[in-house]
Amino acid sequence: MTPSSPGRTPSSAGTGGDGTAGTDGRGTAGARGPGPPPRPKFAAAARAALTDTRQRRNLRGATAVARGRAAAATAEPADWEALREAGRAIRDETLLGLDTHLEGLERAVTAAGGTVHWAPDAAEARRIVTALVRATGAAEVLKAGSLAVREIGAGDALARAGITLRETALADLVVQLGEDEPSHLLSPAAHRDRAEIRELFLRKMPGAPPDLPDDPEALAAAARAHLRGRFLSARVAITGANFLVAETGTVVVLESEGNGRMCLTLPDTLITVAGIEKVVPTWADLEVFLQLLPRSSSGDRMTPYVSSWTGVTPGDGPAEFHLVLLDNGRTQALADEIGRAALRCVRCSACLNVCPVYERTGGRAYGPVYPGPIGAILTPQMRGVESAADASLPYASTLCGACADVCPVKIDIPGVLVHLRGKVVESRRRRPVPTPELLMMRGLAWTMGDPRRYETALRRGTRWVRLMSRGGRIRRLPGLLGTWTEARDLPLPPSESFRGWWRRRNA
Amino acid sequence: MRVALFVACFDDAMFPATGKAVTVLLERLGHEVAYPPGQTCCGQVHWTTGYHREAAALARAFTGAFEGCEVVVTPSASCAATVRGAYPRIARTARDPALARAAEGLAVYELTEFLVDVLGAADVGAYFPHRVTYHPTCQSARTLGVADRPLRLLRAVRGLDLVELPAAEECCGFGGAFAMKNADVSVAMVADKVRHIRDTGADVVCAADNSCLAHIGGALSRLRGGVRAVHLAEILAETGPS
Repeated sequence: MTPSSPGRTPSSAGTGGDGTAGTDGRGTAGARGPGPPPRPKFAAAARAALTDTRQRRNLRGATAVARGRAAAATAEPADWEALREAGRAIRDETLLGLDTHLEGLERAVTAAGGTVHWAPDAAEARRIVTALVRATGAAEVLKAGSLAVREIGAGDALARAGITLRETALADLVVQLGEDEPSHLLSPAAHRDRAEIRELFLRKMPGAPPDLPDDPEALAAAARAHLRGRFLSARVAITGANFLVAETGTVVVLESEGNGRMCLTLPDTLITVAGIEKVVPTWADLEVFLQLLPRSSSGDRMTPYVSSWTGVTPGDGPAEFHLVLLDNGRTQALADEIGRAALRCVRCSACLNVCPVYERTGGRAYGPVYPGPIGAILTPQMRGVESAADASLPYASTLCGACADVCPVKIDIPGVLVHLRGKVVESRRRRPVPTPELLMMRGLAWTMGDPRRYETALRRGTRWVRLMSRGGRIRRLPGLLGTWTEARDLPLPPSESFRGWWRRRNA
Repeated sequence: MRVALFVACFDDAMFPATGKAVTVLLERLGHEVAYPPGQTCCGQVHWTTGYHREAAALARAFTGAFEGCEVVVTPSASCAATVRGAYPRIARTARDPALARAAEGLAVYELTEFLVDVLGAADVGAYFPHRVTYHPTCQSARTLGVADRPLRLLRAVRGLDLVELPAAEECCGFGGAFAMKNADVSVAMVADKVRHIRDTGADVVCAADNSCLAHIGGALSRLRGGVRAVHLAEILAETGPS
């Protein structure tokens, strides 16, 4: 491991070290006091999600559609594999020189009349955003779909300052109205069907027509009517960014509804919160991602709305532009030779749509911000693996590899998962009292490390297991193995092992 | 050809019939089968669960046991994938260049790769008069990339009625420790896999890995599903009454 090989970014100064503050999305981790109850481990959260049959049906449908569309769209370009390789290479090179690119970005944004703020953690980002909004005197802020804004817990922080954050992306609006947690990177309301959304609009959305049908067009029209007034009166908007072009200081946002574009043009003050890994050096680099992202995420050849803005232009658009560059554990991930591949992610959500685990649990089991396979490798790196919930994420996968096959920037997600599992185990080894699993795995390795020991254990184990069987099957195993027999039988091990047979045969 | 057989620890204890089938099959094809007695476990479970020090120790033992073998053949796709794909990583993690060299010196084949690519034998002279569906396990299909080799072998089996498995490429939910650590999700996944298998009307589901088959077969057994999970090698070894 060479933790010093990637450039230290300017934002790393003052990072608290654990990079965990505020990524719970509730906005309380940075505050004093008892804070929220600990998040459940993935298995526990998943168990609850699995019983929600309506959500499972909705997710199955949504992921199947997205999977099919992406598969068709990525099969189209003859140079798709070359594009993926180019995307991977650009990301890796950019990450290795991240400090240089970020400094270039800051210079360009400043030269274009914008202001750059560096936020080492979520708490600092919340403070910056809250202070900026307060300074405008606005009581309401519009938000265009953004993971970084959610990551820093801006909604709750603004609420405590008496400011209401209004979602404008349709899916985010559905989640907000339902007082729900988002379940998908790209479509946070993927777990809801239109009948649920209709009911929600009727109950919670002011001005929803009482005879609202549950077809998508009518629902979108109702949301549009609801949002229109907000757009016209808004003075402040907060957005995320898909890309930050360093050479010109330009922020680029991709979206399919156009609501984000309204947020970019109508308010007086525009605040963009973006992770430091979003930077691309040049417009030529962007060309690659503008092809990779839409095909992998929504299965579109091109994203319907690609908006870009550079600083401020007097008399046109916002008068003030602030860019908050968020670290929040990213330099920590960057320092990990294998794990840093997670920072290549362009948030397309292709890995979610093919993941058989995600399809059944939905996103909320992964924690509040980054769901699916990418969340399982990103979150533990940004937050560390000390908490049981974060340590459970690298294990939320069968390592089937479907995610790696579709990743447009070729992140070896299973490889990173195994690497992070190693980190989890190493952190557990440091505990004064060994975990039962550690004892079992050590014992197993000791036994397997020598053919004689192995054979003795095999003979004894077989005899013992055969005693526990009933009717030629094993229906109940003790201890850690008991979870297997909760729903699955094991066949009875034959009294003669293969090696026993071999020896007898060749005697 | 002299073939060194690797029988995964799991197969050794729980599914010895698979190792026997490979032995019988390779001998029928005119090859000499050797079983290096020093072999135990490839270390896959330790590696994938995060016990990387222990995995390195087992990898060293494995490469020692098979040192000097011309070819190593195993009916366990995930073990073949571990030796081929993970050993270089295990060696890097353990900072053990000697292990990396030893792993590089091993020619490890999963059974269907060996039969089709090395022996050039798609038809191994098997007879198995049953309706069969094939589950491509993730490690065989994705990590090893065995592609249609198992299907080519199955299509050449006399009497065998091969039926396509819907959503075949989807993981069965085994995933080693995943089946225990995330038992609920694992069971939800195998429930769907079993549903697809039963939809085919097959009497037998086969694969090139007993670990996934133990999971699928274990769920089928609990359901009294009337479908048997059988390793592909055991089908290929069947010749019927002669």
